[in-house]
Amino acid sequence: MERKMKIRAWDNGKNTSIKAIIFHPMETGLRKDKKTGKKIPGHYITEVNCEHNGKNLLTCLWGPGVSKNPFLAFDFDGAKKGDDVKISWVDNQGGKGGSTVKIS
Amino acid sequence: MDKKRRIILKATMAGGTLAVAAGANLLTPGRVMAAWPAKAFAAKKMDAAMNVITGKDRPVSSNQIQVVAPDIAENGAVVSVKATTTLPNVESISIYVPVNAYPLSASYILSKQMKPSVSGRIKMAKTADIVAVVKSNGKLYTAKKGVKVTLGGCGG
Repeated sequence: MERKMKIRAWDNGKNTSIKAIIFHPMETGLRKDKKTGKKIPGHYITEVNCEHNGKNLLTCLWGPGVSKNPFLAFDFDGAKKGDDVKISWVDNQGGKGGSTVKIS
Repeated sequence: MDKKRRIILKATMAGGTLAVAAGANLLTPGRVMAAWPAKAFAAKKMDAAMNVITGKDRPVSSNQIQVVAPDIAENGAVVSVKATTTLPNVESISIYVPVNAYPLSASYILSKQMKPSVSGRIKMAKTADIVAVVKSNGKLYTAKKGVKVTLGGCGG
């Protein structure tokens, strides 16, 4: 299933700012279904890779303790307007996704 | 909690820079694709999680790290947290919530281009400290921030 994500990347005058949200349930595996009493299996993003023009910027290792629809924000140096920023992720059930934006 | 903290403190005082090398290679960018530290994320005790990420080394408290989070979080399922530091050559920033079922929340591996600051949102089971551990120049530093949680966010 294709999951939506949003990325914003902009030149803030000093460096480049990134804000991203990935729409994902981030199920911990600890919650129980109220109707059946069974545990809901864990389903969460394990890794997020951020790249600038194909070069690794930031790797996020996430566990079930990250909130639903995870949010990520950071700043970095050495980029200019029009450069590509790519963010891609994988989850513990083999799901994956990603998106590329240009720095504005 | 208190007891655990004392153990960490003791290890810090005794160990200092011991065993830096042991865990140092665990978080090298490029290798991570194949090495999501499953054991660290499955660990139910803070100590056990740290053993996987950093080896036996324990971080030293530092006032050069700021953990920015609300004093009171109404909803423990979504607690904004920002960890930022003025320490040089930051290689990684990890966020722990010692009282959670799985204390390790997130670990960020930074390239040289990065500003040493990351923001995100994490879950908190109950009122507790958020602990940030920063690896700078191969050494570990830590800081924490207490957050009062009115509604726990880890389900049960």
